[in-house]
Amino acid sequence: MATVRLSFSPAPVHVRTARLVGVAVARRAGVAEELLDEVRLAIGEACTRAVTLHRQYGLTDLVTVEMSDSDSYTVSVIDHAPIEASVGLAKLPPDELADESLTDDALTTGVGFALLAGFVDDLQVRPVDDGPGTEVRMVWPVTRR
Amino acid sequence: MELSLTTRTVAEHTVLEVGGEVDVYTAPRLRERLIELVDAGARDVVVDLERVDFLDSTGLGVLVGALKRLRTAHGTFGLVCAKEPLLKIFRITALDQVFPIFPTVDAATERDGSGPAS
Repeated sequence: MATVRLSFSPAPVHVRTARLVGVAVARRAGVAEELLDEVRLAIGEACTRAVTLHRQYGLTDLVTVEMSDSDSYTVSVIDHAPIEASVGLAKLPPDELADESLTDDALTTGVGFALLAGFVDDLQVRPVDDGPGTEVRMVWPVTRR
Repeated sequence: MELSLTTRTVAEHTVLEVGGEVDVYTAPRLRERLIELVDAGARDVVVDLERVDFLDSTGLGVLVGALKRLRTAHGTFGLVCAKEPLLKIFRITALDQVFPIFPTVDAATERDGSGPAS
């Protein structure tokens, strides 16, 4: 069961709010202090990805962030973009990063995924159960106090 | 914290000091400023990230865009960053192999220090 659920219209300005809430709930859940920067970055990347997809497809649907602290700290970021938009998430090799032919969007997507994969040990990207969309699920360990 | 952008000249380099959070919301302002600087004739550009609290993939994309722009203009582009959390972001994305990264502005603005934007 989600302890905190946040839904926001797909506007870049709200991504910061999602990061702040995500880190506040992580701290309260008992995620180690040294992991909080990574939590902040990963939630930000997942929300940025969702907002970018919604804008790309002209969707006004809300992006949802669910935070749960049952046994570990689990954050799910849910978008409603067509599922094929998630295909092609891959880490770019260094020699392609500054390649002239690579578009800014492709670069940002590739780099964003590299950050998610690099900062989250337990990461799943899967289709949502109902309708179009993708869930990016991230799990961090908690230390019970 | 809001994005702050300050420009100064050090040893014939244009140094853009960035502060606050660089993310999907604020990165367009950083992109605009970098484009303005190059359009105004800056060719040796250093972006100082020491006061940056947060940097995401959108911000990294803007920095790569500036590198490409200066490379096309036969200029140089370097970054100043000594903060471990930010350096880790560059390592994880392999962008540490793309940007010249210096620990201080002095190191980045030494005439032979930044080299060509390659």
